[in-house]
Amino acid sequence: MSTPHHPDWSTLREDFPILHQQVHGKPLVYFDNAATSQKPRSVIRSLVHYYEHDNSNVHRGIHELSNRATAGFEAARVRTAKFINAASADEIIFTRGTTESINLVANTWGTKHLKTGDVILLTELEHHSNLVPWQMLAKRTGARLVYVPVNGDEGLLDLSQLDALLTPQVKLFAMVHISNSMGTVNPVAEMCAQARQRGITTLVDGAQSAGHLPVDVQAIGCDFFAFSGHKICGPTGIGVLWGRTAVLEAMPPWQGGGEMILSVGYHKTEYKHAPHRFEAGTPDISGPIGLHAAMDYLDAIGRENIWRHDQDLATYAYEQLAALDGIRLFGPQTGRAGLVSFLLNDVHAHDVVTLADQAGVALRGGHHCTQPLMHKLGVESTARASFYFYNTRAEVDRLVAVVKEIQKFFRG
Amino acid sequence: MFEDLNDLYQQVILDHCKKPRNFREMTPCSCSAQGRNPLCGDQLQLFLDMDGDTVRDASFVGSGCCISKASASLLTDFAKGKTRADIETMFASVHEMIKTGKVIGDVGKLAVFAGIYKYPARVKCAILSWHALMSALKGGDQEVTTESEQN
Repeated sequence: MSTPHHPDWSTLREDFPILHQQVHGKPLVYFDNAATSQKPRSVIRSLVHYYEHDNSNVHRGIHELSNRATAGFEAARVRTAKFINAASADEIIFTRGTTESINLVANTWGTKHLKTGDVILLTELEHHSNLVPWQMLAKRTGARLVYVPVNGDEGLLDLSQLDALLTPQVKLFAMVHISNSMGTVNPVAEMCAQARQRGITTLVDGAQSAGHLPVDVQAIGCDFFAFSGHKICGPTGIGVLWGRTAVLEAMPPWQGGGEMILSVGYHKTEYKHAPHRFEAGTPDISGPIGLHAAMDYLDAIGRENIWRHDQDLATYAYEQLAALDGIRLFGPQTGRAGLVSFLLNDVHAHDVVTLADQAGVALRGGHHCTQPLMHKLGVESTARASFYFYNTRAEVDRLVAVVKEIQKFFRG
Repeated sequence: MFEDLNDLYQQVILDHCKKPRNFREMTPCSCSAQGRNPLCGDQLQLFLDMDGDTVRDASFVGSGCCISKASASLLTDFAKGKTRADIETMFASVHEMIKTGKVIGDVGKLAVFAGIYKYPARVKCAILSWHALMSALKGGDQEVTTESEQN
């Protein structure tokens, strides 16, 4: 697919009906994209079209509508494989989201391969979704969790320690691609390469990366890659787990039911191959169809263009905010992803978010599902502005003006 | 820019959040309780010095937003000299007021929280210290959270 070198960003904004509204009497500035992105008209229409014309169950009907639904569902799998450069569409498992993708790996691969004394290596940047499933697995199997440390407010991993941390006990190394609370971009290809040399299985949490930069799972060299549809302009409720064929084929099923079986007797069942073995029951069908439309939409813009736009806004916002007094900024000073996390002196993040909301600016305040990281940095929460391609520098200017007003409000 | 927020951030609330009263640990104390809001990670510890059924002194420490700090500050001020029954009655009134905006009876200075119900995301901030107070009165060292509050 050819991509334009200079997308017309203001025209793209027109594709998002939700952005054109007033909140508390002010034009909406939507800066909570790391939580969920907005949906373009083409995605919304794909869902409406599916329910108005093709709705049926998949993989089991012989009638026309079932054929259409099945074709749409499986076409989305092929499209997803292309989106992340998977070797085969059979490596794409549809889930409810990143969290379910990781839980699937923990419950199937993890239960089969981990035992007492083994180590699961994580990083201190992880979202709860790439942390709690491993804690639960560790408890079940007697494995231990070990973490690659983070260097402080900059949110950079101390990768000089990685070599020493990749001990023979490590069976799995699970890492976040882009930190949702710091904006750190981890060099996942290098991290996976080091693990792979030692025969360690790797999982990359791509929730914040898949829709923001070009992703090539074969180039990254991981064994599993997980992401969510709703953060990349798709609907909520649909996510993806990619796994290498050889790894998936050796994994036992997770949930049992229809769809995942070859034959069932009262006492014995034969399971299908991947990916169907991991998709028990009637799946979310409109979800993959909407996701397909979202991937088409993003790749028509070009994810390398989106990444440049993200970084431009993040750098601009970081510089403007860093020029203020009484502000503490988190995340790397250069090379950050499209978000900025900050704290104002003597003003709690929730108060910042409530006041910004009154000015029409939607931010996120809290621990961002990274509580252990927040504790390590000695804070309970931060305020976060996270961007996408439909955001503008003028919106960042509004954020900065609002932050100044908030400081005045609490000083006065 | 924030005129519309005056019913949330009233002057009394801003004053108590910037200069919280009774903001100290109490050792020894008759009883204390931890309150935690898992939504934002905020936590506070509330201490009581009891004389029979009457609160002789009340204090708190912890971290939180403007609303939760001001609430704990005003609540500890209120509790001093009150009996267990006084506090239970006031808790019922304040709880109703914070969640619905309806003021039943005389709630004194605590009336500044009557506007919170318009900001559903902030109701838990105002109610956290009250749950900690009720827990302390029950003598439980059990940590309480705001999870039982309906959003």
